[in-house]
Amino acid sequence: MDKPMRILFSGVGGQGTLTASSLLAQAAIREGKEAILSEVHGMAQRGGVVESTVMIGGIKSAIISDGEADVLVSFEPLEAIRALIKCHKNCCIITNINPIIPFTVDIGGPQYPDVNYCLSKMKETFRKVIAIDADSIADKSGTKKAVNVVLLGVLFGTNILPISRNSMIETIKERVKPKFIDANIKAFEMGLEMV
Amino acid sequence: MHPLIEDKPDYKMLLLGNEAIVRGAIEADIRVVSSYPGTPSSEIGNNFFMISRDKNINFYFEFSVNEKVAMEVAAAASASGLRSLVCMKHVGLNVASDVLMTLAYIGVVGGMVIINADDPSMHSSQNEQDNRIFARFANLPMLEPRSPQEAKEMTIKAFEISETVGLPVIIRTTTRTSHVRGPVTFGQINRKTASEKGVFKKDPKRWVPVPAVARLRHKALIEQINKAVKISEESDFNKINGKGEFGIISSGVASNYVIDAINSLNIKDRIMHLDLGFTFPIPRDKIISLLSSVKNVIIVEELEPFIEDAVKVIMVEEGISNVDIYGKSTGILPRIYEFTPRLVREAIKEAMGINDDKDNEQEPPSLSWIPELPMRPPVLCKGCPHRETYNAVKSALKETGRIDSAIYPTDIGCYTLGLLPPINMADYLICMGSSVGTSCGFSASTDHTIISFIGDSTFFHSGISPLVNAVHNRHKFILVILDNSTTAMTGHQPNPGITIKPEGFDNPTVSIEEVVRGCGVSPENIVKINPYKKNDAIKAIKEIILKDELSVIISESPCILFAKRVRPKS
Repeated sequence: MDKPMRILFSGVGGQGTLTASSLLAQAAIREGKEAILSEVHGMAQRGGVVESTVMIGGIKSAIISDGEADVLVSFEPLEAIRALIKCHKNCCIITNINPIIPFTVDIGGPQYPDVNYCLSKMKETFRKVIAIDADSIADKSGTKKAVNVVLLGVLFGTNILPISRNSMIETIKERVKPKFIDANIKAFEMGLEMV
Repeated sequence: MHPLIEDKPDYKMLLLGNEAIVRGAIEADIRVVSSYPGTPSSEIGNNFFMISRDKNINFYFEFSVNEKVAMEVAAAASASGLRSLVCMKHVGLNVASDVLMTLAYIGVVGGMVIINADDPSMHSSQNEQDNRIFARFANLPMLEPRSPQEAKEMTIKAFEISETVGLPVIIRTTTRTSHVRGPVTFGQINRKTASEKGVFKKDPKRWVPVPAVARLRHKALIEQINKAVKISEESDFNKINGKGEFGIISSGVASNYVIDAINSLNIKDRIMHLDLGFTFPIPRDKIISLLSSVKNVIIVEELEPFIEDAVKVIMVEEGISNVDIYGKSTGILPRIYEFTPRLVREAIKEAMGINDDKDNEQEPPSLSWIPELPMRPPVLCKGCPHRETYNAVKSALKETGRIDSAIYPTDIGCYTLGLLPPINMADYLICMGSSVGTSCGFSASTDHTIISFIGDSTFFHSGISPLVNAVHNRHKFILVILDNSTTAMTGHQPNPGITIKPEGFDNPTVSIEEVVRGCGVSPENIVKINPYKKNDAIKAIKEIILKDELSVIISESPCILFAKRVRPKS
């Protein structure tokens, strides 16, 4: 059996976080591996923080405690920073760099953090940090909505998963609407090349 | 064809716990399903609703107006010999509890399964009550699945247990079983009943619990639940693993955290683990057998000490005094919020006196450099009509000089987010329908200008009777019904008032305006506004405010997300 692995996805409602985690788990199942996911539904999806997890390697617990995540894939930099508490120091962190400013900033809440400063601190603290502009890559691939698949591409580019790229590509082909398959495959490959 | 009704035995699919329950019911030849949506149970009703519009199925499904009605629909189906299922969130069972308590007395004929989804940590709820206590309160058997696969198996088994003991069976999930996705292996779809209708056999001495009948039925209930003890005792859902000197009893998702902790701490040979899935009636002999093999037992269950208390009762009854119990009462585990794997691992380490932990490498690194981060609470969508209604009401209150005296009882739905700045128009909330009932109370006890908000689905759920109360008892407030023609928060389920209908669904519409009039609200005090026509809306609201009478404003505008989905081109 593969080494247990805890992968945390974090983003903002509407960014496709749940789709990304579900695609990854399906690719694992496709290879006969054990995988479970936990998802956030309901109120939080209205523009709030959306977290989901994928556990592979026979772990029974579907949620990640503080310091347990082996991989963090974040769709938004603030949400990456917020999720760091879940990561241990050998965690591999992949994050999109495009901020989505929460409304609380405009009404007197804490300021949006300095992304460059936080990224450099993250690089000092964690084993591996990959920060990319997933939105513009998705845009180049032909569909702005493919941010999640770009990030999956980057994740596979790191070669840390016990799942083959081909299984991921086949899963994308199976699960994505036919007219978006080509753009999504391109987005995945462009993500792969970023590493 | 919907994937959940495909007859593909042995096919493996990644399913949510909620979807697995649907699949289980389909395999068990379910005939009648009813629900009122509520997170974390909503996907059960949603999937049944989608499937019910398929021509290949032979069950009836409805979204009922509330959980009480939903349970009554399912109860009558079971009394007529059909298998039925009703699902709701934990607080929904409060609404249905009037049915539940007496339904337990009269029992069922066709198997009846009650799906109850608890929400520890209140991810989408106003409280985190532990509904396992309802099983004991009503004396009904209860199962607690630990994974989607088990959710499917338990659903099938629950129908059999229900038919064996003649009682409804509760399946209690939590958010982390409802919304966990895992591989589920399909079984055969057993369609033995074709599509015959049920037949209700009259038996007033059973079905009509006037006091003389109820006395007999209470006795019958106790006899039946005692039979369930044996089933729980022999159930594969309750298993003892390992033979170590230290005992652990756990249930639900907490069992998963226990198993992972045992593995990561490498203490398998030291632990005897009683892993419970059938938690009421509790398997007494299995517990006695554990208690007589170990000197220490940790009880790992989320929320209330339900199992812990039951174990202590057994200890007293059996005269067992040489076993130490660790759990809520010793403070090793909390009574609030959902558990995490780490919390459970630490509790086990503490109870067993384990200091070295190979998982220490997973300690989070120092993150003191992180500045205070802005919160990102959920918000009303951009362009949501509720925002416009709130703004129009606020303007009208300012222009009439009432803004400072105004209070806003609110209700359950997306619009509860009106709580947040800059809207700040949600002041008091208890439960579904409470905006109207509490407005009656504020009217009787204060001089505030009372403007309360309720959604269309919530109004049908439990806003109508308090509105009748308001008319009859001369209460004075303004009720704003936010009619977005769907049950938006939980995923756009239909309700009786909808005018925009999902494809293949043409149930009749019940006019909110006519209902309000029927409640006795004076017709000149009922106005409809379009919140996007700002000036007209403000003008109409101002007139209502200045009347100082019981009034209803119906703010009509469809949920933008729903309208986009149902009518993408218009």
